Amino acid sequence: MIATLLAQVANAAETAGPEFPILPALVFVPLFGAVAILLVPATRPDMHRLLAIVSSAMSGVISLYVLKVFEVPDPGYQFVSEVTWIGSLDIRFSLGIDGISLFLVVLTGIIFPLAIFAAKPEHSEKGYYFWLTLLMAGCMGVFLALDLLLFFLFFEITLVPLYMLIGKWGHGRRVYAATKFFIFTMLGSMFMLVSIVALAYIAKAGPGGTVSFDFRKVVEADLSTGTGRWLFLGFAVAFAVKTPMWPVHTWLPDAHTEAPTAGSIDLAGILLKLGTFGFLRYGLFLFPEASIWAAPAFLALGTIGIVYGGIVAAMQKNLKRLVAYSSVSHMGFAIIGLFALNVEGIEGAILQMVNHGIITGGLFILLGYLYSRRHTYEMSELRGIQRSAPVFAGIFMLVMLASVGLPGLNGFVGEFLALLGTFLANHLWAIIAATGGILSSLYLLWAYQRAFHGIPDEKNARFADLKLNERLVMVPLLFLIVLLGVYPKPLLERIEPSVRATIAGP
Amino acid sequence: MLNLIWLVPALPLLGFLVLLFFGSKIGDPLAGWLATFMVGAAFVVSLGLLTGLVNQPGNTFQQVLYTWVPAGDFNVDVGFYLDPLSMTLLLVICGIGGLIHLYAVGYMQGDPRYHQFFVYFNLFVFSMLMLVLGDNLLLTFLGWEGVGACSYFLISFWFERKSNASAAKKAFVTNRVGDWGYLVGMFMSFFVFGSLSYADILPKAPGVTQATATFIVLFMLVAVVGKSAQIPLYLWLPDAMAGPTPISALIHAATMVTAGVYLLVRLNPLIAASYGWVPWVIAVIGAITLFVAAVLGCVQRDIKKALAYSTVSQLGYMVMAVGVGGYSAAVFQLVTHAAFKATLFLGAGGVVHGMGDEQDMRRFGGLKKPMPVIYWCMMMASLAISGIVPFSGFWSKDDILAFTWNAGFNGPNSSPLGIVLYLVGLFTAVLTGIYIFRIVYLTFHGRARYDDPVPEDILQDNAISEAEYADGDLEGDHIEIHDGHAHEPIHPHQPGWLMLGPVAVLAFLSVVMGFINLPFGKADFLQSFLEKVSNLELAPAGNLAAIPVNNLQTIVMLAIGTSFGAAGIFVAYRLFKAEKLQELPIVGKLPLDPYNQLVTWFMGHPGRVIFDMVEWFDRTIIDGAVNGVGKVVAVAGEGIRRVQTGYVRTYALGVALGAVLILAFVVTRVLSLS
Repeated sequence: MIATLLAQVANAAETAGPEFPILPALVFVPLFGAVAILLVPATRPDMHRLLAIVSSAMSGVISLYVLKVFEVPDPGYQFVSEVTWIGSLDIRFSLGIDGISLFLVVLTGIIFPLAIFAAKPEHSEKGYYFWLTLLMAGCMGVFLALDLLLFFLFFEITLVPLYMLIGKWGHGRRVYAATKFFIFTMLGSMFMLVSIVALAYIAKAGPGGTVSFDFRKVVEADLSTGTGRWLFLGFAVAFAVKTPMWPVHTWLPDAHTEAPTAGSIDLAGILLKLGTFGFLRYGLFLFPEASIWAAPAFLALGTIGIVYGGIVAAMQKNLKRLVAYSSVSHMGFAIIGLFALNVEGIEGAILQMVNHGIITGGLFILLGYLYSRRHTYEMSELRGIQRSAPVFAGIFMLVMLASVGLPGLNGFVGEFLALLGTFLANHLWAIIAATGGILSSLYLLWAYQRAFHGIPDEKNARFADLKLNERLVMVPLLFLIVLLGVYPKPLLERIEPSVRATIAGP
Repeated sequence: MLNLIWLVPALPLLGFLVLLFFGSKIGDPLAGWLATFMVGAAFVVSLGLLTGLVNQPGNTFQQVLYTWVPAGDFNVDVGFYLDPLSMTLLLVICGIGGLIHLYAVGYMQGDPRYHQFFVYFNLFVFSMLMLVLGDNLLLTFLGWEGVGACSYFLISFWFERKSNASAAKKAFVTNRVGDWGYLVGMFMSFFVFGSLSYADILPKAPGVTQATATFIVLFMLVAVVGKSAQIPLYLWLPDAMAGPTPISALIHAATMVTAGVYLLVRLNPLIAASYGWVPWVIAVIGAITLFVAAVLGCVQRDIKKALAYSTVSQLGYMVMAVGVGGYSAAVFQLVTHAAFKATLFLGAGGVVHGMGDEQDMRRFGGLKKPMPVIYWCMMMASLAISGIVPFSGFWSKDDILAFTWNAGFNGPNSSPLGIVLYLVGLFTAVLTGIYIFRIVYLTFHGRARYDDPVPEDILQDNAISEAEYADGDLEGDHIEIHDGHAHEPIHPHQPGWLMLGPVAVLAFLSVVMGFINLPFGKADFLQSFLEKVSNLELAPAGNLAAIPVNNLQTIVMLAIGTSFGAAGIFVAYRLFKAEKLQELPIVGKLPLDPYNQLVTWFMGHPGRVIFDMVEWFDRTIIDGAVNGVGKVVAVAGEGIRRVQTGYVRTYALGVALGAVLILAFVVTRVLSLS
């Protein structure tokens, strides 16, 4: 399968002329990296690591280049590259990027190299780096795909690497957590697959008269109200599990707790966004009527997620579980922002996805450092770390306050806009959801107090402060946390045209 | 000149950044001097701005730096809004802030985290300036939360002790409850006005429905109650005294806690547009707070906690003033309070410093001799807070009382409730005299008690705080803890002039500050300055200039006010002579501890139960259902158990195979259909 794809990409490069297929490169560079890792014998772990870092970083650099050359006021898809894959069904390998996916692609390009760099596996390097780079390729593909089946393929490809990473390199109950994760998401995806296929066939009756999986064409299909709603629900189940929304969230705390550091970083940083991104790209855009119909329910579920996630987070004793539940809470803001169905809310939701990726990715990197020193995430084992490791504590504090939503740091802007948009749509849900800010300060400050304040006992007194390379990993994230807090305009002005186009429909 | 307004917040921001990255190299005491210099420079710029603003037509100046959050119809700038109100606060923040910085240079000497203290301190001043200068609600919110975060850092500055860490968390979370109200208020403002900029919303405020204005004001009031420590969210402030004393003086007395009052004054057109009962709600919250806190202030043993309750009480006066339309009086009180309460706190800090970090007033006494300068400074400030003529607090408190009196008789919105508020304010003036001179007498007069055997319960308290440390290992790595250990013999001494100087200047200010606003003729400088604040003339009960009192009435009211304060001092003196000052009669027997515990329980307990229930629900019901389904499937699948070899590799292979098979199935189905 890969071989045919490669051949077709090469083919596309020829037919597309002198222009470099920049978006396929985002997907294929880490994919080549993964293949190369497979080819290197297992006795060369340093080589595997190098290949993984280089290929993921290259993809990251390309994503930054895309950011640089992205045309600002253009709401449509840019750098589109298309190759016919299964001609009879009009399934195409087509990639494109717009303001909605742009920053998620860049986020993927930043978070993955950092995650690979920040943590090393305890055994079996070859497989570990192979799955990580494959995961990166899959994530890039999800954000870039313009074809429904291609999207589904990438969406499913991300499952296996994460399953392997949790199941093989995870902590104590890793098999339970991995299986739970897999079954949950796989079940969700099944509904989506049915919806995709049905949609493509129903769309056949539309103006084109042919089957198509290109969602830019499918959207013009004349769906009856009932059909649209059923198909929307099929997509919604998959995305709700992925986000995760209450009450299908319980796979996340287990997956996070047992996942190795890099798995947690990527899961929280990127993979949760596949769900909310999917809602926007395939839910709101393809099914505007059904979205309006379902919006009250989603506002309610999102708000429940915010409050519920915050409350349960406060009761956790394990730092990783706490951050996992905080993700349930924070992703709730993205959900209500999306289903506010106005520009402010949706822009806030996208910002919230990006910011949550940066912040929670950063938190899991820091927790990885903590684990490498203390081999525990239990708060009862930690005390007074601010005394023994002031730099670590200071960085943790900054990232934590960004997560709390302190204005001036990045977390605030998305949360605020999402809430504002929700308020415009429905006062009551926004007023309830805004209490999430109280809860986040409660659970995070409480956790900080337990782990960092006080006088360290013997074990924690030996807690070594961050080394230079560990600090360097955090530098780009800290920079973004402050920059996007005081100057989010570069993001917003690129996101807005595409959001307006999405709301306006075809 | 006015174009330099950006420099005012930029200077402490620069100080913060320099100290953050190079503070440990700059070290003690240069880091402190640098921080002080930045705030002092900002004060000098502010003075320049004042001259510019007075000559500015309209007395308002705006400067936009850049667009902060543009999203759809929502558009918010980073910009500054300078008018007489923000100007007044600017001078208070930079002036008094600078003096307290100077004091801290000496006070924090020898602390192992010396430079870090000034990192936070400069960041606080920056945030406070953003709060006051922001030209829209969102930028004010940035400062609003920023000062809350700095307060958190500084209360937990000596984080090794558990109670400090808890107090910091409590302060931040309580403030967050208030911030929730602020957020909702902002949402509604945008919903109604389509903007958050003061220049847009304040002139349009008279046009909105009463219900809308009431909605915004009541949610903003939640924020004010949290930030300015009003009932029922006041409990964090006494706990916040765990921080170093300069923090208590600057953040928890002079500036941050007054931010709520600033916000109410800033939003006065919205209060005017609300239902008639809304200002009364504000006034009554203030009145209850000022009275209850004064009673609580009478029974404290810890000198800093006594002053903290005094602050809560004084903030209550300001909030009450806002409620009866006395905006200028509220700001006047804010200014004088900043001076005399800073004096009291810094003086108390000097006492605590000179007493080997003892804060319990039962172990003080007779300190007038070893600490004469501190004594006289605190005496000036105590006379000021008691409202004794002609000290500053006298003029500002009587201004507020005049407004309550006026609200009882004059204006379209008058009600006999105004008279009740007047009487509460007047009676609390007696309590103020009692609690503040209780501090003075217990600390400086009478027999020196620090050589006595330590009272039993102090020993117990100390045992508890020692136990808080005992978990950790303190040996070999010495860290100075400023409060709490009291075993060695105490040799009271007065601190050096680096600390005394700022206290003396502040004491001088607490004497003369009242002269910026005298109720005679054209001597009401502050008020006529503030009258130019946009839309202040819309205040529900008018302003003092509209009060139809002649000079005789004014003088009678002033005489009544000062005699109540003097009565309080006299009561304190009689109790002192009768040796009943440590445990006051009547007030000392009130169930005040249970009252505080009740409030704590109310704030904490129902929440805790809900939290436990939700967590149980998640673990048992939701995840239980998931696992239950899993088990059923597993039992049903007993037959294919052989497949479950337990190796992840096998699982993964199966999963990958399954995924491919499903895909293949779908694709072939699709193909055959077409």
